[in-house]
Order: sequence, then C-alpha cells, then structure tokens
Amino acid sequence: MSFQPARIVITGIGLTAPNGNSLSEFRQNLLAGVAGVEPFDVRYMGRLIAGVCHYDPLRYQTRKGLRVGTRAGSISIYCAHEALKDSGLAFDAMPKDRVGIYLGCTEHGNVETENEIYAISKFNYDTKYWSHYHNPRTVANNPAGEISLALGITGPAYTIGAACAAGNLGLIHAAQMLRLGEVDFAFCGGVSESIHTFGIFAGFKSQGALATHADPKKASRPFDKARNGIVVSEGGCIYTLERLDDALARGARIYGEIAGYCVNSDASDYVLPNPGRQAECVRKALVNARLKADEIHIVNTHATATPQGDIQECEAIRAVFGQGCPETSINNTKSYIGHCMGAAGALELAGNLPSFDDLVVHPTINVDDLDPLCAIDGLVLNQPRKVARVDAILNNSFGMLGINSTLIVKRFAA
Amino acid sequence: MTKDACKQIVLDIIADIAPDEDLSNLKPDVRLRDQMQLDSMDFLDIVMELRKQHGIEVPEADYIHLASLDSCADYLTPKFEALGK
Repeated sequence: MSFQPARIVITGIGLTAPNGNSLSEFRQNLLAGVAGVEPFDVRYMGRLIAGVCHYDPLRYQTRKGLRVGTRAGSISIYCAHEALKDSGLAFDAMPKDRVGIYLGCTEHGNVETENEIYAISKFNYDTKYWSHYHNPRTVANNPAGEISLALGITGPAYTIGAACAAGNLGLIHAAQMLRLGEVDFAFCGGVSESIHTFGIFAGFKSQGALATHADPKKASRPFDKARNGIVVSEGGCIYTLERLDDALARGARIYGEIAGYCVNSDASDYVLPNPGRQAECVRKALVNARLKADEIHIVNTHATATPQGDIQECEAIRAVFGQGCPETSINNTKSYIGHCMGAAGALELAGNLPSFDDLVVHPTINVDDLDPLCAIDGLVLNQPRKVARVDAILNNSFGMLGINSTLIVKRFAA
Repeated sequence: MTKDACKQIVLDIIADIAPDEDLSNLKPDVRLRDQMQLDSMDFLDIVMELRKQHGIEVPEADYIHLASLDSCADYLTPKFEALGK
C-alpha cells in the first residue's frame, strides 16, 4: 500500500505589499498596473527608492507593542490577523497548542542591530546605552514569536532562513508539518523589514545590483533591456493552511491546493544563480506535483531585474517550458512591488491566486524594451492577459547561497 | 529640583514607555505596577531613559526605589540636585 500524504489547502490570506494591504487591493493594483515603489530615506545613504508598506499597524497592536517589537513582528501580526479573519476559523475553539507558525525570512536582526549601534553612537559608543530589547528583537524567531504572543498560540512558532526563497519555504514547511500531524492549523508565509537596514541597500549598491530610475515606479523592471538592479522592499504575506479534511469539515473557502514543491541548492556560488539547478528545481517540483510542464498555466518568475540573474532564470524556464507549453503564461510580480525579500515568494504567489477565479494573468510591467535574452514564450508584458484556463500556478523563488524553491498550487477540485 | 518636578520627569518617561496608558489618575503613593501594565523590561526602560536623558545612574540594588512616584521622587530628587539640576 502506497503512502498517500494528506492534501493541504490554503484557506486564508493576509498580506501587506507596497501596493496593497489586502489581497483584493493587491490584486486590483496588479491588474491595473499600479506599482508601489517610492522615494525613501536610508540612513547614511540619503534619498533612495524602496517598496514601502502602508498598512495600519495600530489595527492589531497597541502603541506599546509597536515600540517594543520589530517592524517584521508588526507586519507579521498584521498579516496573521488578516489571514485568520479571512480563514473564517472559529479561533477561540481551536486548541492553541495545535497551531503552528512558520515564517520565511531572508534575514532578521540587521535592522535592530543597526538601530542600536546608531543610538549608542550618540553616547560615544558606550554600550551601557545598548537596549535591553536588543536580544528579543534580534533573535531569528522574532517575527513568528511576536505572532504567538499576539494570538496566544502555544504551538511551534519559528522562522526559516532561506534568503529570498524563504516565502515559499514557509508554505512548504507548513504543509510538511501538517502532513506529519505536528499541527492542525498553520500560519505560514514570509516577512521582510529589509528597507529599514541601510546594510542591504549598501550591499546591493556595492554589488552593482541596486536599481535606480528617475521615476521610482519604473525602477523595478525585470526583463527590460535597461534594467539595472533590485528595488529593496518590505512586506508580508501569511497564509492559513489546513489539511483538506479539516477545511471541508468546517466549510472553509479554499483558495487552492498545495500540489507540489522542491527546494534544492546550487552549490556553485555565493550570489550568482545557476540555471541548471533552477531548472532541476522546477522539474522536481513538477514530478512532486505529478504535473507536466504544459499543465502549468502561470509561472511567476523570481526575476529581480539584475542584468545577469534575469537571463539565467529565463534560461532555466526556457529549458522546462520552452517547447510544447502553449497555455503557459509567464509573469513577474516584482515589477510592481520590488523585491520583498523573505516575503517575496509568498506575496507573489498570492498575487496570482485570484487567477483561478478571474482567468486573468497579471503582466510584468515596466518592460519598455524587452531584452532578447529574456524573450521567453508565454511572457505576459505590460497588459493583463485573459486566458482560457488556470488550473496550476508555479511560483519560483531563489536566493543567495544558491537556494532555490519552486512551489506549485493547483485549483482545488474535490 | 522639587519633588513634583522630579515626578513629572518620571511621568514623562512612563508616558513614552506605556503610550496606551491613561496616566492622569496615577496615585503617587501606590506602586506603579499595581496601577498599570508595567513589566520588568519597562522598569529597565525607566532606568535607561534616566541614564540617557538625564545622566542619572540607578544601580540594580536601588530599583526598589522606583516602585511608586513618591518613592521615585524621594530617591531621584537628591540625584538630580547632585547634578546641579
């Protein structure tokens, strides 16, 4: 008898993106071509551009909670509350030790450490002025822990460090934990407070990978010939995941079913992507999902608008979807919101999920002059595309140190 | 530095630390913890802000003197005066 893992479904979504604070607002702006990048002051570096979230933090937090906690924690609390509300779960009746929180993070703690160093610089670097909140703010599990405190969740709550692949990994790990029976209900996804650390901007600038453009909304332009790097953004997206039987038993709305996934590693370079390993990741995810390439109707690319990285991902996609996939549309969500780092994979998937219902694929915007090396079949450029069907969405998220993740979500069918 | 002025300094610090609290009815002779939500990290905040804003050090053994507004004033006023404030 072969093992049949439990089917896992998405039943709630809460998010904040630079261009929307709910799935409906986010989706509306993706279809209307509204980007969310704006001028942003960065310590030591002056006025740059970034993707900034404008959710109301006091909707679910006290002012003291905001003061004590972190930006990532605040984003997480907002998204978790929104996801829970969206799920319709009777949370009071839910045993809190059977709830898990699994959040992907690109990094955590840089913001808080930089803030403390800046603060003690005003006191001649005397460490007696260093905050007693530094350690609880910088522990890697902080964003997940802040949710557990806010919602009284006593099950496992931790983060998964996976560079910019982390958002996908939050969902993948949650699905695994649900299948193992470790928890009965999971909050999962990704979060990023990256714009509040100058280090990430300075690092990308030193690497020659920080986007610039006179018009911030045009700055994030994957696949365009004139692309010149990454727009750093903050954001969060948290899903509620459940085993199908539990979701059906309570009559939950189902956004989609986790069909399959793969996580692998390049083992080749600190920062340069490896198209061969990326293609392998996508292929393994297809096998895991028991789907063929031509059964994928939307591919959300990871492409961050670096000159080399976009070409390499296109090479990987061409290798898998280049032939015999006439119904596969390919898009990119970072062109609207920049790179939301740990939240990127989770947010970009969310932006595409409504396609199951409206059969519209949001485009990659800001492509004025398509780079021929990025001209892959199925690329949706600048205008939304109405399609005949959307039964499976494949979401790529890749990260530094060569971590690749592919997550496939399919339309729920009983 | 009068004791009332000292209490106001402590109140201003508490207002920053606990911005959701209504401080208008705080009784000066009652322990702060018995009248509002203040945990041990908040008390460390009071100590830190006294250090940062006013250059006053409160050794750990003396934290007990920060229990109420009155005890704060009794303990801190001489320290402010010693600094010429």
